[in-house]
Amino acid sequence: MDREAILKKFEPNLSNILYIMHDLQDTNPERYLAKEDIEACADYLNVPYSYVHSVASFYTMFSLKPRGRNIIRLCESPPCHLMGAHSLLDYLKGSLKVDVGGTTKDGMFTLELTSCLGACGVAPAMMLNEEMFGNLTPEKVDAILDKRRKEI
Amino acid sequence: MNLVRNHVLISIDAGTIMAGARAVEKALVEEINKQGLSGEIAVLETGSIGATGQGVVIVVYPEGIYYANVTPADAAELVEEHLLKGRPVKRLIMTEMPKQHVIKKEKTGLLREQPRIVLRNSGVINPENIDEYIAEGGYEALEKAFTDLKPAGVTKEVKDSGLMGRGGAAFTTAMKWEFAARAPGDVKYIICNADEGEPGTFKDRLILEGDPHKLIEGMILAGYAVGATKGFVYIRGEYALSIERLEKAITQARLYGLLGDDILESGFSFDIAVMKGAGAYVCGEETALIESLEGKRGHPRNKPPYPVTEGLWAKPTVVNNVETLANVPEIVRNGAAWYRGYGTDKCPGTKVYTIIGNVATPGLIEAEMGTTLRDIIYEYAGGIKDGKKFKGALVGGAAGAFMGPEMLDAKMDFVNLKEYAAVLGSGAILVMDEDADIVGMLQSVLHFFRHESCGHCVPCRLGTNQLAEIIDRIAEGKGKTEDVDKLVSISEVMRDTSFCPLGQSPVLPITSSLRFFRDEVYSRVQ
Repeated sequence: MDREAILKKFEPNLSNILYIMHDLQDTNPERYLAKEDIEACADYLNVPYSYVHSVASFYTMFSLKPRGRNIIRLCESPPCHLMGAHSLLDYLKGSLKVDVGGTTKDGMFTLELTSCLGACGVAPAMMLNEEMFGNLTPEKVDAILDKRRKEI
Repeated sequence: MNLVRNHVLISIDAGTIMAGARAVEKALVEEINKQGLSGEIAVLETGSIGATGQGVVIVVYPEGIYYANVTPADAAELVEEHLLKGRPVKRLIMTEMPKQHVIKKEKTGLLREQPRIVLRNSGVINPENIDEYIAEGGYEALEKAFTDLKPAGVTKEVKDSGLMGRGGAAFTTAMKWEFAARAPGDVKYIICNADEGEPGTFKDRLILEGDPHKLIEGMILAGYAVGATKGFVYIRGEYALSIERLEKAITQARLYGLLGDDILESGFSFDIAVMKGAGAYVCGEETALIESLEGKRGHPRNKPPYPVTEGLWAKPTVVNNVETLANVPEIVRNGAAWYRGYGTDKCPGTKVYTIIGNVATPGLIEAEMGTTLRDIIYEYAGGIKDGKKFKGALVGGAAGAFMGPEMLDAKMDFVNLKEYAAVLGSGAILVMDEDADIVGMLQSVLHFFRHESCGHCVPCRLGTNQLAEIIDRIAEGKGKTEDVDKLVSISEVMRDTSFCPLGQSPVLPITSSLRFFRDEVYSRVQ
């Protein structure tokens, strides 16, 4: 879907800005808000570029730099911490050879941390794109990522 | 309608979907069709039944048999053995049962069985079917409100019930409503705060996933009492299934004439829109949430004016939590006196808790106000996992307080916990066993605040960074005793000078951890 079509789905009200940015980001193959996305949004809502940029930079779910094709968001809140999220983070960093916020060389995964996902009953938990995974162990994480690699 | 002899309820929530519930559902339906049982057996989706970490969970009625960790490969055996031949499949029967409806009084030592008010329908009805909600008495409160009570009567009923906000601040709900009703202006708004971000809390998600019509009915009642015609539900962006279910429920309610113009020919009009957040804990603060709804950065506003007089687009606005609003239909339907029969004098009703961490059965429970921490952990959650010892609990999320074994017999309600300098907060109870590391837990809490500080005011922006650096130093074994004192003094200054509750929060986890685990914290510094 091109930018025009996405914008047209919404009334040009400022209160739709988060929805518009969610959609623009989700349809960008590099899963971020590019300069052109922000420009298009600003024009459509009739606000300055700087305004849209300031809103986009405020919310954790929006990225202003290109990311991998898949976003790993590992929960680091106290419940997941208690159940071993920290060692999982070390494991992910090692096996993907990236730091937090980094993207793997093949552009496949970006590793991010997130606050509580509300999946504390199955801590430690993470999201891979829109999908939630719980009761994680290094083996389970490997299986999830391998499966994703094969799907692409 | 077919005469159905068995109902198979499959719990569909974020947790069970993760475990493959959709595939199991598909396999069951296929198998039932294959055996020619499709006219006799109905497979229904329902919300969370309160158990987590037990894979895909199904319940077969009328027997009421719970199966856990079901996989698609089990479908053939379940259908053949249980549904065709009437022999339950023993190997799949759930051993750790969720405490769903009631807990027998003999077990808790409490005066009576533990009721469910908010979660009455969760895991029992199909949340995607409005008829099932109506069959359970849903939308009756609306009729009663329109015909008998009128707006003032609805507010009076809620006031007499003593209902307090369940989002954490425990403000009297009816007072908010009265302020907004009295505020001048024709346009008023009801906002449901579903931006659930307090670590360890997922009750609102499961209410939304399990019984979305209860929230809708509560919002209509609030709108009617206040004189608002428009409602917004602000849901965090990560809650995809909640958003989907609520949007479906709103569409159904519109079809039934329960939302829109002239609801049930009462002359009252009300509609609801869903708004999706984008990941900002501070947006749980009501004025920051309003800013975000208006399409701005989620910075908190100066108070006063409070939202009840000047809220969304400067109009009088009531902001209530999901659980608060979900209590309203039951209060209006059954009356304030009935509601006051539960809980304590000062805090009537029940509280929905998420109990997680090192317990045998983590999950979602509803208990009367005033239930002790001990009963919640040992009766509802099956005690500490692997027979270990209880070390402490973090109650109320990151903005909550640590509690040690001394607090096990404390009665849990908003008023009573204040006397112990603790809070009930959002109702998250994170249980730690003997192996838990308090410094590590505090580190995780303080990192959370550093990440979520919105940057609007100096004490919080700088303070959260300082606190995180100091706790990192202590965790690495490089801390000094003065560092512990600094944690306390910085967080106290933040409490006194920060702009909103976020910056005022770190003092509680810090001081409470020292109160109960002083020796352990000091043993980590030089």
